[in-house]
Amino acid sequence: MKKTLVKSVVSLAVAAALSGGAIAADNPKDPAEGFNRAMFAVNEGLDTAIAKPVAKGYDYVAPLPVKAVVGNFFSNIADVMIGMNNLFQGKPGEAFTDWGRVLVNTTVGIGGAFDVASEMGLDKHYEDFGQTMGSWGVDEGAYLFWPIIGPRTVRDTAGFVVDSYADPVWYVEPVPVRNSFVGLRYVDQRAALLPTDKIIEEGALDKYAYIRDAYLQHRRNAVYDGNPPRELDMPNGKAPVELKSSPEKPAGR
Amino acid sequence: MKQLFSLFAGLFLLCSNAFSTEEAPDVLVKRVTDEVLTIVRADKDIQGGNTRKAIELVEAKVLPHFNFSRMTALAVGKDWRQTTPEQKKRLTEEFKTLLVRTYSNALTAYKNQTVVYKPLKMQPGETEVLVRTEIRQPGQQAVLLDYGLEKLDSAWKVYDVVVAGISLVTNYRESFAQEVRAGGIDGLIASIAAKNKQFEAGKAEKK
Repeated sequence: MKKTLVKSVVSLAVAAALSGGAIAADNPKDPAEGFNRAMFAVNEGLDTAIAKPVAKGYDYVAPLPVKAVVGNFFSNIADVMIGMNNLFQGKPGEAFTDWGRVLVNTTVGIGGAFDVASEMGLDKHYEDFGQTMGSWGVDEGAYLFWPIIGPRTVRDTAGFVVDSYADPVWYVEPVPVRNSFVGLRYVDQRAALLPTDKIIEEGALDKYAYIRDAYLQHRRNAVYDGNPPRELDMPNGKAPVELKSSPEKPAGR
Repeated sequence: MKQLFSLFAGLFLLCSNAFSTEEAPDVLVKRVTDEVLTIVRADKDIQGGNTRKAIELVEAKVLPHFNFSRMTALAVGKDWRQTTPEQKKRLTEEFKTLLVRTYSNALTAYKNQTVVYKPLKMQPGETEVLVRTEIRQPGQQAVLLDYGLEKLDSAWKVYDVVVAGISLVTNYRESFAQEVRAGGIDGLIASIAAKNKQFEAGKAEKK
């Protein structure tokens, strides 16, 4: 069983590497497209065989309050470093909100099980070191697709390494408890993505490209805290200049 | 005479009413969202993942407020210029089917989220505006959901839907450009049509 799984993953990867090589890599944001598509195929295999079924099982078995507690617990731990990143980005006000959240949720919210702070109006933020570097002006670099971790640009890969070093969950002792925490968090995050699976499956012409472009748009948006400058013909901006007039009218020649 | 006058007066009132009740973009988004969610909350089929029923709902309530030709133009980008009117028509039709299915699938994922409407920043006389909302759910990250609207002659129409910073429309640009490079505009139309057919057939099987 295990062997056939490995076999199918490997053959998928090889097939994808071959077909990926055949596709002209003419996207400047994705110079490693052949490699990425191969890794994407590996991940799809792993996801279908392991992560997704486990996440589905968790989603089915765990009642909503349990899932909320699990989500809140890890969200509370993450708020410590989110505050740090906000400080690094020159947003001390938001940093204090984040740490205020940790204070409230750890005490009143019983060790982070309940997100009391949000109800008090202390809004949750999402920051990581990749965004911090982005706010410093570090270019995102090439798009990469990693096994298990998934999509990351070069900048965000470096950010992910820093985030992992700073992640309190990785320092939990003893190791088996740490591993269960890391595992549970992964499952929780995968389960949260379950509803998007069908949307991508039925909506994407090319699943790999759809996820890549969504990731790049999403990160750009995150670096600018939801208010990216409008590019001439880029995500959520206005139409390209030549389309300003009604697109229904055929272009006169 | 008096009757005639009151008739005119009535007509006048009716007309002016029709003209002055043009909805502000944020009011429109809120009204349609509330209408749709009220129905979804009461409909166990849609919550259970019945895409076809969700599509019917979206077609009835949401479609009239969307500007699909603008959406298609946005998604296609610069290749739109070399598209003939006839191709534009077919392309818009296929892309519409694709988007409606995507949007409907998102609706079936609805559980018990609440929608928070953010204050609208709009200068008087502006014809394009972003209406920002936030979907909140217990124990999970809130999702930003923005609607790009433009003012056409009679009303505001949605031309972009942006989820967590991801435009459901421009997210297709790279894949579309790839299809156009491979098989021209007709190739792109054929690819979307094939995708649409695939799920039409799938649905018919399951019933």
